[in-house]
Amino acid sequence: MSKVIVVTSGKGGVGKTTTSASFAAGLAGRGHRTVVIDFDIGLRNLDLVMGCERRVVYDFVNVINEEATLKQALIRDKTDSNLHILPASQTRDKDAFTREKVGKVIRELRDNFDYIVCDSPAGIEKGALMALFYADEALVVTNPEISSVRDSDRILGMLAAKSLRAIKDYEPIKEHLVVTRYCPTRAETGEMLSLDDIQELLGIELIGVIPESEAVLNASNAGIPVIRDEQSSSGQAYQDMVSRFLGEDVPMRFLEVEKKGFLKRIFGA
Amino acid sequence: MSIFDYFRRKPKPVKATAAIAKERLHIVMAHEHRVANGPDYLPALKRELMDVIAKYVHVQKEDIKVNLERHGDCEILELNIALPEDKETAAVS
Ligand SMILES: Nc1ncnc2c1ncn2[C@@H]1O[C@H](COP(=O)(O)OP(=O)(O)OP(=O)(O)O)[C@@H](O)[C@H]1O
Ligand SMILES: [Mg+2]
Repeated sequence: MSKVIVVTSGKGGVGKTTTSASFAAGLAGRGHRTVVIDFDIGLRNLDLVMGCERRVVYDFVNVINEEATLKQALIRDKTDSNLHILPASQTRDKDAFTREKVGKVIRELRDNFDYIVCDSPAGIEKGALMALFYADEALVVTNPEISSVRDSDRILGMLAAKSLRAIKDYEPIKEHLVVTRYCPTRAETGEMLSLDDIQELLGIELIGVIPESEAVLNASNAGIPVIRDEQSSSGQAYQDMVSRFLGEDVPMRFLEVEKKGFLKRIFGA
Repeated sequence: MSIFDYFRRKPKPVKATAAIAKERLHIVMAHEHRVANGPDYLPALKRELMDVIAKYVHVQKEDIKVNLERHGDCEILELNIALPEDKETAAVS
């Protein structure tokens, strides 16, 4: 059975695209046939994070309008043959998207892939609603910050009311919380909402905590999903998240402030 | 940073503002849940009630509060109007 997973947040710039790229690359890395779709029509970004921007010929809207077949539009990842990318269009032809047409593409993808990861645009408007409509599960990406938590709560409301599963009264979308750009020092001093606070407010189960890390920017610059940077804390945290998604019981890491030794504190790291 | 700086350095005070953020989120999210779960006709009902009241009394929109609360399986529509003090100006002739 294939699964459609939407990566969503409400608020912009919290790490949806970063998470989509790493999550999809992680699933593919474990041998699952995976496709990641950029739903951010007009603001294509996933191609850059995945490092395939120069190989885009056709895009999602071309497929919707039947100007290209799925096979022509899908881009195979440069290192992992299990991973494919369906890029967003750069034109702002949002009206091309109807539930029926998107549904047709999703159905065809379901026949060919185990996991279909949908990178949602920000907001709670049409684009975001389209990205979540066919979802079976959702990764709700949240920063430990007041407006991000509120927006995640709004998007949870949308998942529960505006999705296909909600409308048809099927089993509800399975929701997972991903806290990104987490900063243990600032949570410890009480400057930043803690994981407990966020979980208590949103009331969904935590699947991953991604620490704030320079490796994310470096990975985007290079066009390699950060999950492939095995040295980095954020890369390892994304690996853990993928393991939990696949049902493994993995303890959370990178939650505590790193205790520096006495000498390290004096002479610097 | 030299070894002397380390001994001289005072911990810089931080403001633990997360607790305030959490409290504010609790309140605003509870409110938004009530709105989201309320019946679709509630906003229209509110508007029309306000129009009717405004026909008889001079009140500001902010002085009229319409709330739908659920207590178990019983729903209570609460209408709260702060009437102006001066009777002369209050009556619309
Ligand atoms: N864990 C992290 N540590 C440091 N920087 C991060 C982390 N996660 C994301 N970022 C940075 O935050 C910025 C926004 O990330 P990203 O594009 O993934 O967000 P988004 O939610 O997809 O944004 P949009 O709403 O515009 O689509 C990027 O510059 C990215 O490099
Ligand atoms: Mg994005």
